[in-house]
Amino acid sequence: MEWITRNLPYLMAGISVGGQYALIAIGYTMVYGILRLINFAHGDIFMVAGLIMVYATTVMPIYIAIPLMIVATVLLGFLVERAAYKPLRSAPRMSIMISAIGVSYLLQNLALYVTGGLSQQYPPIPWINDTVTVMGATTKRVTLITPVLTIILVVLLVLLIKKTKIGMAMRAASKDFETSQLMGIKINSVISMTFIIGTFLAAIGSLLFFTNYTGVTPTAGAMPGLKAFVAAVFGGIGSIPGAVIGAFIIGICENIIKGLGWTTFSDAFTFALLIVILIAKPTGLFGEKATDKV
Amino acid sequence: MKRRVLAVALAVAMVGTMLAGCGGGSGDSANSSGDNGTASEAPAADGAKVVKIGVYEPASGDNGAGGKQEVLGMQYANQETPTVEIGGEEYTVQLEIVDNESSNDKGPSAASSLVSAGVSVVLGSYGSGVSIAASDVFKEAGIPAIGVTCTNPQVTEGNTHYFRICFLDPFQGTVLANFANANFSAKKAYILTKLGDDYSTGLGYYFKEAFTGLGGEVIEETFQEGNSDFTSYVTKAKNEGAEVFFAPVSTEAAALIIEQAAAQGLTIPMMAGDTWDSNVILNAAKDKDVQIYVTTFYQEGGNADFDNGFKGYINSDPTATANNGGDDTISAVSAMGYDAYYVALEALKAAGSTDPAAVNEALWKVNHTGVSGSITFDEVNGDAMRDTAYVKCANTESGEWDFVAEQGVN
Amino acid sequence: MSKKAKMIWNAGLIAALLATLFVLEQVLPSGSMLFTVLKKGAIYALVAVSMNLLNGFTGLFSLGQAGFMLLGAYAYAILTIPVESRGSVYQYFDGGIIQFTVPVPVALIAGGILAAVFAFLIGLPVLRLKSDYLAIATLGFAEIIRAVFQWDKLGPITNGSNLLRNFPSFKSVLYPFVVSGICIALIVLLINSTYGRAFKAIRDDEIAAEAMGINLAHHKRLAFVISSFFAGVSGALLAMYQTTIQASMFKSAMTYEILLIVVIGGIGSVTGSCISSFLFIACSEWWLRFLDNENLYIGGFHVPLLRPGFRKVVFALVIMVMVLFYRQGIMGTREFSVEGIRNFFQKRFGKQKAVEGGGSHE
Repeated sequence: MEWITRNLPYLMAGISVGGQYALIAIGYTMVYGILRLINFAHGDIFMVAGLIMVYATTVMPIYIAIPLMIVATVLLGFLVERAAYKPLRSAPRMSIMISAIGVSYLLQNLALYVTGGLSQQYPPIPWINDTVTVMGATTKRVTLITPVLTIILVVLLVLLIKKTKIGMAMRAASKDFETSQLMGIKINSVISMTFIIGTFLAAIGSLLFFTNYTGVTPTAGAMPGLKAFVAAVFGGIGSIPGAVIGAFIIGICENIIKGLGWTTFSDAFTFALLIVILIAKPTGLFGEKATDKV
Repeated sequence: MKRRVLAVALAVAMVGTMLAGCGGGSGDSANSSGDNGTASEAPAADGAKVVKIGVYEPASGDNGAGGKQEVLGMQYANQETPTVEIGGEEYTVQLEIVDNESSNDKGPSAASSLVSAGVSVVLGSYGSGVSIAASDVFKEAGIPAIGVTCTNPQVTEGNTHYFRICFLDPFQGTVLANFANANFSAKKAYILTKLGDDYSTGLGYYFKEAFTGLGGEVIEETFQEGNSDFTSYVTKAKNEGAEVFFAPVSTEAAALIIEQAAAQGLTIPMMAGDTWDSNVILNAAKDKDVQIYVTTFYQEGGNADFDNGFKGYINSDPTATANNGGDDTISAVSAMGYDAYYVALEALKAAGSTDPAAVNEALWKVNHTGVSGSITFDEVNGDAMRDTAYVKCANTESGEWDFVAEQGVN
Repeated sequence: MSKKAKMIWNAGLIAALLATLFVLEQVLPSGSMLFTVLKKGAIYALVAVSMNLLNGFTGLFSLGQAGFMLLGAYAYAILTIPVESRGSVYQYFDGGIIQFTVPVPVALIAGGILAAVFAFLIGLPVLRLKSDYLAIATLGFAEIIRAVFQWDKLGPITNGSNLLRNFPSFKSVLYPFVVSGICIALIVLLINSTYGRAFKAIRDDEIAAEAMGINLAHHKRLAFVISSFFAGVSGALLAMYQTTIQASMFKSAMTYEILLIVVIGGIGSVTGSCISSFLFIACSEWWLRFLDNENLYIGGFHVPLLRPGFRKVVFALVIMVMVLFYRQGIMGTREFSVEGIRNFFQKRFGKQKAVEGGGSHE
């Protein structure tokens, strides 16, 4: 019992942060699956979602602010795709990736300009911000809700992809981009849909993440974004369950490492894990075997 | 085709600005108008001569909040005393403000832009690392700098151009360790510092020295830049049975730590140095079950004239209010910024010239009684001789600082 | 133009450039921002060219440049801090365990060699990876290197996460120009050699290259190691320019900046990388600084929107426009040369080829 009380906080933090990474990682993995694009701006969209919430709650009650924040974030994700990625669809992949880095740079600098470079306090959201005690360990309720909510959302997403028409189109597009176009799939709307789902989940993720870690800074999205991406690669990029499992593993490992007193290496460990998996199994835990076509 | 037009345009722009740069750089006189930014500065030039004081402070990044408050003190002082008599002539003081972005690699270029603007003396910075990083730029240009609240000894050590008006970390660390030992009878302290932050590492180190010297035991941990998850650190402090939680970190990280410590029910006192003396901390701690103690340079109420005037200044201008964090709590760093400005004026007067070398010479002998106490520099490093720090405690109900003690070493 | 005439022209241009710099340094006050930009620009030009060697000429998408610069910078700093100031620099580690110094040029090369050795070791596993995976793995390695150098157990060597300072630096703007110039010249020689042609073959088609008898693993490793060597040297130069260094400076954002320089200059153009690095540094450090000035008046009109940070927004927008509409960058894959200029002016008033008109929109 004593041991549990001592170590439960690490585990809870790990699962909770893992859930938050998972929600971001899905956006990465879906976009990569279809466009073969590492959307470097995704982490920054996550950060912008946090900022929108901060500014929205200063003028309106929280129950309006939350849906508004989600809608605004989704809109932003949609616009970024249309403005920065769509024109480059036929360009070499490197160009789109550079464009993503450019968008990330722009979003961070805009945030810097708007906030004046200061950390913004995230508004406390009633109920999920309350403190609860679990087996002697105190934490915020959001810590417990995150994994549950994550799993529910992922199940819904998997159903959407498996059962609906648009889901089928997405699967087709990620299997073979050109052929699916030939089969009459409106590729632009599929891609937009992918971005909409990805940013929607990132918006939820930001709500949970910033409720726990309340400071929103212009670079707040960079590290979670990068880690979520690593989680996506770790789980096998393109695979949604893979991304989720990868995210939980990374979240938990990170906290165990910190718990062991190796705090200097908590970030480095994530990358070490990534490199090991890339070398041992280049397509990740659940990735499909890519075949080289000559 | 378009590309070529662009290339030509860029080339023209480059040549054009190079010429502009030459024009601005070569003329030292204040009314030369070639340099970027400074030329178009507001009305100042109506015949009176201008002396430029550089303000090298963070306005963004980790220490942005503190840097802005420090600049407010200088701006208020500048508004109060906008002119200075140098060598029998009236000069208008113009503050050249640059943002060092709290970053050791962006700092030096910001410092060079001050140098090229032709400042006579530099004030700043909040944050020791950026001050050390820019030190050589000022040294090479022969411009003296007055550190306002950079407490790490290395800022002034072994050089003759960097001065400082605040106390040092070995002193502050000892004060804090003594306080922890005497008031909480703490035998075990948890120290959390930020990697790559000289202020944080330095103060943590001196606290540890002093605390273990008193027979205490410490647990040390560090966090990486950009880290926002402090739960595991708080858990560690609880599990190890620490009696005080010492976190000399930036306000940005502090707000997160306080929030997460409160969520996890950390009941031991949290202590920190001068950075935590900020309304960011008060706002984070408001209505939470935490105890926070800080050491600082100035206690609100220390000088009624300054307090009232400064509050008036902050409330009169919405930008100033925003820069002060949205309310009119007086941070010690503002008082220090205010004092630093007057120290610079004293030095300019004594030098009788706007020549940086003369100002540097004059600084050694400056004696100024500011709102934060008397300021004279020692003859070795150019550090102000300070022997008291104020200890304050955050009142989580009213959201204000409660005065606890005035503490020296011994 | 004959080969000989070209050589003479190029040598003349370089001599003229250095002479101009020398004269500028004599006439302008040393505090001018121009020198800051020129110094930093020269250093970034070297690292940009080294990245271009990898990304543009060999087709290996690596994002590890900041990590290799860190290695170079640390090797340089650790080997050159004067013994007498080690006590104050390594104040938390009793002066550190390295108690000797080496001459500056040796330390510069040592910086490059350390980076190259690490590159060799890292390259063994990761160079087998393809495109994006390689990019992420190298990015990861850079982050790991950064963490290791901040580890306080290594403090006696690296001073933990604290600043390293007091090492020798340069005063004259000619110094980084000469060092970068020599290094870039070496890279150009390499690109024009048999190896360079092999690199380009790998970039254009790996399988075809292999079929032609090019040893893929060997050549990739060679490109990676050489590129890292020069990144290390430029890291050492950066340390000299900054006068203080710290592991936390070498974040992935730094790599992204270098990548943007390479892209803006034109992937596959050495002179493009050089030109764009000066433009990039000048824009970010100098020309746009007036946008941060809240009290900017143009003839009594208070320009709105301006306040600290606006400069960066504008800069980011410029970059986005470049990336979206001038995808080829300033130079594309061409090189800046005397001949090029002559042709440019000839063509400028002559017939415009239709193909070229459409070139910027492909």
